[in-house]
Amino acid sequence: MLKDFFSKKKKYAPMPSKEAKQDIPAGLMQKCPGCGKIYYRKELKRNMQVCPHCDHHSQMNAYERIESLFDPDSFEEWDAGMISTNPLNFPDYEMKLEKDRKKSGLNEAVVTGKAEMEGLPTGFAIMDARFRMGSMGSVVGEKIANAVEESRKQKLPFIILTASGGARMQEGVLSLMQMTKTSVAIQRHHAEGGLFISIMTHPTTGGVSASFASIGDYNLAEPGALIGFAGRRIIEQTIREKLPDDFQTSEFLLKHGQLDQVVHRHDLHKVLHTILDIHQSGGDSS
Amino acid sequence: MKQILDFEKPVVELREKIAELKRLTKESDMDLNDEIATLETRLEKLEEDVYDRLRPWDRVQMARHPERPTTLDYIDCLFTDFLEMHGDRLYGDDEAIVSGIGKYKGEPVTIIGHQRGKDTKENIRRNFGMPHPEGYRKALRLMKQADKFNRPIICFIDTKGAYPGKAAEERGQSEAIARNLVEMAGLSVPIICIVIGEGGSGGALALGVGDHIHMLENSTYSVISPEGAAALLWKDSNQAQSAAETMKITSYDLKQLHVIDQVIPEIRGGAHRDVKQQADHIDHVLESSMAELQALSKEDRLEKRWEKYKQIGDYTQLDL
Repeated sequence: MLKDFFSKKKKYAPMPSKEAKQDIPAGLMQKCPGCGKIYYRKELKRNMQVCPHCDHHSQMNAYERIESLFDPDSFEEWDAGMISTNPLNFPDYEMKLEKDRKKSGLNEAVVTGKAEMEGLPTGFAIMDARFRMGSMGSVVGEKIANAVEESRKQKLPFIILTASGGARMQEGVLSLMQMTKTSVAIQRHHAEGGLFISIMTHPTTGGVSASFASIGDYNLAEPGALIGFAGRRIIEQTIREKLPDDFQTSEFLLKHGQLDQVVHRHDLHKVLHTILDIHQSGGDSS
Repeated sequence: MKQILDFEKPVVELREKIAELKRLTKESDMDLNDEIATLETRLEKLEEDVYDRLRPWDRVQMARHPERPTTLDYIDCLFTDFLEMHGDRLYGDDEAIVSGIGKYKGEPVTIIGHQRGKDTKENIRRNFGMPHPEGYRKALRLMKQADKFNRPIICFIDTKGAYPGKAAEERGQSEAIARNLVEMAGLSVPIICIVIGEGGSGGALALGVGDHIHMLENSTYSVISPEGAAALLWKDSNQAQSAAETMKITSYDLKQLHVIDQVIPEIRGGAHRDVKQQADHIDHVLESSMAELQALSKEDRLEKRWEKYKQIGDYTQLDL
């Protein structure tokens, strides 16, 4: 009845029975972690995992990223078959790697290569947080260093999208040293006038935040991403006070002068292309 | 009072007993020289057992010993004309890092190191050797100056880590560390890094991009503290002892993993037993390191630096 529309009485949707729930194929629907709204998985994918309601940026996987940023069929992958060993003989590490390989379909937490953006070629590395939280061990460090080095040799810009919890504990100090390895590679690229753009996505913390992620010629970040060096809980324990809600978000970093821009995912392609285009005339004379 | 570590208690007790017997011999007519000789042989054997077979956790305790010599102690012994230089010119002066200029065997050098305190008062001033961004930026300022004036850089590493605080994050702790890594990679002067105590993760690394990295025998270098690793991986910080073994954090582990160049031997019982003697051991390694690096051209040094770090790590290839 018409008056029902104006009633202030709350309406509740009927709970589906257990049998009805089982009718929905697994993985068909996806819930937005920001506002809790439920969407068709395909619908969110089409919208680049951005919630149409609250604008929450959910994680994208590396291949979704490649598809969303680069020209079709322009992608050439580097070091695709490089995989981790267990250099410290760390208990259960191989099992965890195998599990993540199966779960994600990736060989490691980063995909590197070369692709074109509206015809402009670039080297890149895209981290994928589905694999060991995107943590950096020997393979991630080596692949990124190789990609930077190859970009230097081919006189290409280098773009990185970070998504990482930091250093990979199971490879101990070897993980730590990947921060140095990637930094030396970036220095070599830099010394020859190479362009390096860093885009920080959720999450970018610890050793990844404290190395290549923070030292782009341009530092960009997606809205609402967690970016920081030390973990929130550790800081709260150390200083014995509660931290503000926006602490270590992209917006917090922008406010404190650590970022050039916070870029909405729907605008990322355009912004990156503009930067590449502006740098075209300054670099390679060909 | 000297602080005694758990594992060295038997040694200290025996040493005290011998001293007691010696006193008795002196003060009374009793001749205890035979007993003393026996005990002294036993002490030597015991010292060998304890100090020459230190477990990783024992070394962690050594590295954290409150009386362990610090950067300033070694600066006193190894360099002349040291002048400390303060401030990052951007925000402030972080006393968790000391830096300055001086001479090593008559040659100008820049010296930078983490600085912890030896008592509570000094530790508060030095923030327990845990730097803020301004500390790393001061270090970078001094390093770039060294590059300009063609002076070798010597870094002493001794920190639990970069300070995990609110202000540190606000002022860009990540950027400060990252900037040092990438800038150190490009400096054309020789850089020698020596881990003298704890090498705690990114906070240590930010002074650690050297042409040569050496470690005192009982120092540690790790991606996370043993307590942190145990809490993170096994949800139990009491497992720190086994984490110290699993994480491979001792000087010998790092040598085996091809991360460092040389293990600098420590005097028996730890560096704090005799700073001067320990400094001599460092001097010996530093001198040959310096000569080796200064013999190279700038280009060769940079190329070797790249090769050094490029080879660190372990991986394999799938057949695709």
